[in-house]
Amino acid sequence: MNLESLYQDIILDHYKNPRGRALLSEPAGESHQVNPTCGDEVTVQVALDAAGNVVVGYEGQGCSISQASASVMSELVAGLAPAQGDEIRRAFVELMHTKGAAEPDEDVLGDGVAFVGVAKYPARIKCALLPWMALQDAEAKAGIGSDQEGTSAP
Amino acid sequence: MVQPIDVDRVRKDFPILERTVRDGRPLIYLDSGATSQKPLAVLDAERAFYETSNAGVHRGAHQLAEEATEAYETSRAAIAGFVGAQASDLVFTKNATESLNLAAYAFSNATAKAAHAPDSVDSRFVLSAGDSIVVTQMEHHANLVPWQEVCAKTGATLRWIGLTDDGRLDLSEIDSVIDETTRVVSVVQQSNILGTINPVDVLMARAHAVGALGVVDACQSIPHMPVDVEALGADLVAWSGHKMLGPTGIGLLWGRAEVLDAMPPFISGGSMIETVFMEHSTYAEPPKRFEAGTPMVAQAVGLAAAVAYLDEIGMDSVAAHEDELTGYTLERLESLRGVRIIGPRDNVDRGSAVSFVVDGLHPHDVGQFLDDKGVAVRVGHHCAWPTCRRFGVPATTRISPYIYNDRSDIDIAVEGIMAAQKFFGV
Repeated sequence: MNLESLYQDIILDHYKNPRGRALLSEPAGESHQVNPTCGDEVTVQVALDAAGNVVVGYEGQGCSISQASASVMSELVAGLAPAQGDEIRRAFVELMHTKGAAEPDEDVLGDGVAFVGVAKYPARIKCALLPWMALQDAEAKAGIGSDQEGTSAP
Repeated sequence: MVQPIDVDRVRKDFPILERTVRDGRPLIYLDSGATSQKPLAVLDAERAFYETSNAGVHRGAHQLAEEATEAYETSRAAIAGFVGAQASDLVFTKNATESLNLAAYAFSNATAKAAHAPDSVDSRFVLSAGDSIVVTQMEHHANLVPWQEVCAKTGATLRWIGLTDDGRLDLSEIDSVIDETTRVVSVVQQSNILGTINPVDVLMARAHAVGALGVVDACQSIPHMPVDVEALGADLVAWSGHKMLGPTGIGLLWGRAEVLDAMPPFISGGSMIETVFMEHSTYAEPPKRFEAGTPMVAQAVGLAAAVAYLDEIGMDSVAAHEDELTGYTLERLESLRGVRIIGPRDNVDRGSAVSFVVDGLHPHDVGQFLDDKGVAVRVGHHCAWPTCRRFGVPATTRISPYIYNDRSDIDIAVEGIMAAQKFFGV
């Protein structure tokens, strides 16, 4: 059944037990993104800690894919230097555009590799990308990172 | 006695229902509220038009142009006859959204013109601060956003009739919401998300009692039950062709002749003029005044074939078939643990679109499991976001059957819901 490649255990685990799901007390930047076709919503907040690493907060409501993606994202990029987070974000966006044919690098994407099956369902790619787009936008608003090229948003 | 529909026979007329999806599953199409499938008769009619009579309409001195014009205008008469109307009162648009915009723009365009040349427009369409426009809390965005725009341009205020918890209009509010300030009342006859059938006659009577014009969105009613547009009591009625077995790319706006005649043009250019000079132009009579540019001739021919197909089945039979199926759908969904219907739970004044939410599951995930069983449903806010908010849900899953569905389709959808509940452990 194809559904098992879409709803991998890692995704279900993040959906049912989201990591780090809370908003920040003093965000430097915030982005609220919605998927207007289905009503998924996510708010991502960012700040930098004393060492210059990224602190991430988020909350949202929506389908399993969008909410699990937010959880995975926060776990992956929190505590990293902005440039490292950018690299992971770009790898995730690229993964979503492979139509499910890629063999994602677990060293870069961690639990994010579980989303490879999502890329086979065009209607769900937007769900998976939603928190990552919010992250990019929140960082831009906070003046964090040096990402000038932007992502290839769908 | 109403003739029952032979679903197996009907299905043979729809080639797409023969196909499989997702690893060989037979397609169970329960998304006709979004768009209906098309019978061969419609596809053949469009093809035959292109093969034999294609030409520009209402111009040219050649035989093909005459035949194309004849096909276009004969189709208009057939579609008008299907809803009890005169052909001269029926405007072709590209879709129902354009039809509703045509109605809405009559107000904002007349208001803009009145600022420079008050005598050039009918004062019924001129709005100002202090005027109100009334809709309901169950409108499709197509019958909400255009009126928000009219308000933003004219200073008028948007009001709406609220809903009861069981998805009906709160009729106790009618007299207070529709009052002497009201200039337009625009309401949906059958909700695309809740399935509710509204007492349009009561709303239109109240609109006229306070001197307002009445508009009805009939997108989800005309495909599913007998509708006589002249009997609705409305001034303008909008609907689309593609939800009633017709092609995409064609919508309809019926208007009372006197009202259409008083309306300024919406989209302007070729075909909609009477005379043109460098300084100014005069406009054609309705319906041509509202049909600028090359029209959708093949789509009109296809839609005429669709109404002939529906007529042959009989709209009484369509309504009875869907009523029976709606009752069954409500009963099956109500029997499921953790499933809540959004909209009327009693099968009275209710259409076949049934929305629901499943505790602990987002509609997108429910839809994915139905898709895995070959079942096509709509998930999301159904272009009725404020209605979702009213019921405290971000989105719903919607089953919307038509003449080619039967109880076994509903059974498979129910299996899909149960599979999703099991998989997610809710």
